[in-house]
Amino acid sequence: MSIQVPPRSRRRTTSIRVNTTLLAAVLLAFAASVMLGRYPVGPGQLLAIMGGENLPGLSFIVLQDRLPAACLGLLAGAALGLSGAFFQTLLRNPLASPDVIGIGYGSSAAAVAGMLLFSLQGPPLMLAAFLGGLAVALLIHGLARSGRQVGGRLILAGIGVAALLQAVIQYLLTRTDVNAAADALRWLTGSLNASTWERVLLLGTGLALVAPLAVPAGSKLRILALGDDTAAGLGVRVAPTRLGLVLLGVALCAMATAVTGPIAFVAFLSGPLARRLHGGRNNLTGAALAGALTVLAAAFLADNAFGDASLPVGVVTGALGAPFLLWLLVRTNKQGNGG
Amino acid sequence: MKLADAPAATATPGGAAAGQTSRQAGWLGLALLCALAVAVLLSLSVGARGTGVGTVWAALTAPDPANGEHAVVLSRVPRTVAGLLVGSALGLAGTAMQGIARNPLADPGILGINAGAALAVVLGIQLFSVSGIGGHVWLAFLGAGLAAALVYAVASLGREGATALKLALAGAALCAGLGSLLNAVLLLSREAFDAFRFWQVGMLGVRSLSEMVQVAPFLLLGSVLALGSARLFNALSLGDDAARGLGIAVGRSRAVAAVAVVLLCGGATALAGPVAFVGLVIPHLLRLAIGGNYSRLLPLSLLAGPLLVLAADVLGRVIAPPSEVQVGVMTAVIGAPVFLWMLRAGKKVEL
Repeated sequence: MSIQVPPRSRRRTTSIRVNTTLLAAVLLAFAASVMLGRYPVGPGQLLAIMGGENLPGLSFIVLQDRLPAACLGLLAGAALGLSGAFFQTLLRNPLASPDVIGIGYGSSAAAVAGMLLFSLQGPPLMLAAFLGGLAVALLIHGLARSGRQVGGRLILAGIGVAALLQAVIQYLLTRTDVNAAADALRWLTGSLNASTWERVLLLGTGLALVAPLAVPAGSKLRILALGDDTAAGLGVRVAPTRLGLVLLGVALCAMATAVTGPIAFVAFLSGPLARRLHGGRNNLTGAALAGALTVLAAAFLADNAFGDASLPVGVVTGALGAPFLLWLLVRTNKQGNGG
Repeated sequence: MKLADAPAATATPGGAAAGQTSRQAGWLGLALLCALAVAVLLSLSVGARGTGVGTVWAALTAPDPANGEHAVVLSRVPRTVAGLLVGSALGLAGTAMQGIARNPLADPGILGINAGAALAVVLGIQLFSVSGIGGHVWLAFLGAGLAAALVYAVASLGREGATALKLALAGAALCAGLGSLLNAVLLLSREAFDAFRFWQVGMLGVRSLSEMVQVAPFLLLGSVLALGSARLFNALSLGDDAARGLGIAVGRSRAVAAVAVVLLCGGATALAGPVAFVGLVIPHLLRLAIGGNYSRLLPLSLLAGPLLVLAADVLGRVIAPPSEVQVGVMTAVIGAPVFLWMLRAGKKVEL
């Protein structure tokens, strides 16, 4: 918190400028992931393809591979970023994103069980992921409820649950044939490689149903962030509001997870990134844009930076996100206000 | 978040209370030894084909090559020995880690040390074709050492020191990051994945007795170093400054104890893959029974660790017939509720 607070109107124009820049970066990353790669597509060719012309080979690559993957990365990244910012603001702790506190593992375990044991796909798989995430969210919320250090205990409970669920997931991977298990592993790493228009439609529809709720939820979130007592004084019914926000956050995280798999650390990275760009203030739109940018950029790296091999996007976000989390820990340590 | 000072309150030796806990520890040790003997017998007799205790005895004392049941019992011997080695290594390593970090939540699985060992082994196999346990164990030491150093460095920088939360978070971050890299390796090679997915859950009985003989000296050395650190841990539970005041070279002794932990965790991971929660649960249960004096906790964890691992392994064989649940999954299923219960009972384990 700085002492000199700029006037509200100037703050708003700054945040609009930051978000516009972020949006431009997202569009740039989107364009790059559609046009660049082993078979580059020029702007003219792209326009021709979009205009309905059939360029042999290229049309297929763009329409059936790169474009759905980029759309899916955009949607999933935005959902994960939004979900992360929700939890971080709600629990007033930058480390409390759904992947760190085990909610992502709840979705993963339920989805892997659904995939390998019941051959679920599409909306039922999404529902399983949602219910798994929700179960973990309620469990760790219940475990951490009493006592003063709620945030810290919630994170620890989440880490414990995540370790258990990881064992369960690995056990499930041993119970099936190697091909099904390898598919599940690819999904578990977080991947855009199997993107289809069907999946884009599925995630898009889900988000279109939930996203309008994010606007009123955002204002409630800002009030809750002032502290429970203040929020109650302002006429907010704290407990049900918090439960509603948890449900919304879980829904966003679980829908993205169900379609692309748990892309590591995106939910965790986006909130702090957006907050930094916004001069230390939480900004949900900024977090969603940062999430989309992270996924698109990481997917581009995963596709093009490793020679012939095309890695799942989660490998890149995991490998880059972990050092960031460690760095954040060291930094909050030095300031002496860490968890 | 405060460092746990729960052990400090109970670790004060001396007086009549000490005599009492000493006697308690003796009885507990005896009970653990008996229970361990039963667990060994069960481990040798329970399985897809159950065999009676008499048969086990006959197979061990006067093996008859023509007898099929004897062959079944003998085939379970390496698995039982592995359970004994891995369990005692992990139990002791967990107790030592909690002593080093003065932290009730330290566990080689939670803190990412097993994950570091696992990634190093898999990378070595894939990239440099390192084969045989003689090579794997060195890779496991390397990975465990690097992971331990990184987690402890990250968590202990700054003035608050290595709190439970920071250690756990650093460990979780490391697990996730290393897991991503591991998945990348496994996705590029289906054969590696098929072999590794079984190892990754933590399994006993994948190694032969001759392979275990190669790892045993490292585990022995680690055990000796860890057992010799009891005085350090007792002093540390009073605080670093107090320990220095008692004339202990804190930095050097801690480093020796850390080497012990790396030897124990790396050896155990090389033998059975990453097995979590043993190192977390054992010291806590023992502490509940006999208090926080490390000169008793450390030797008793050598008995309680293998008891838990063998019990989990036997349970895993009978819980879902005809297949079996691997020991790493069973210890997680047993250990995670204990972890969560510790958080609930958080007043004692001050976080």
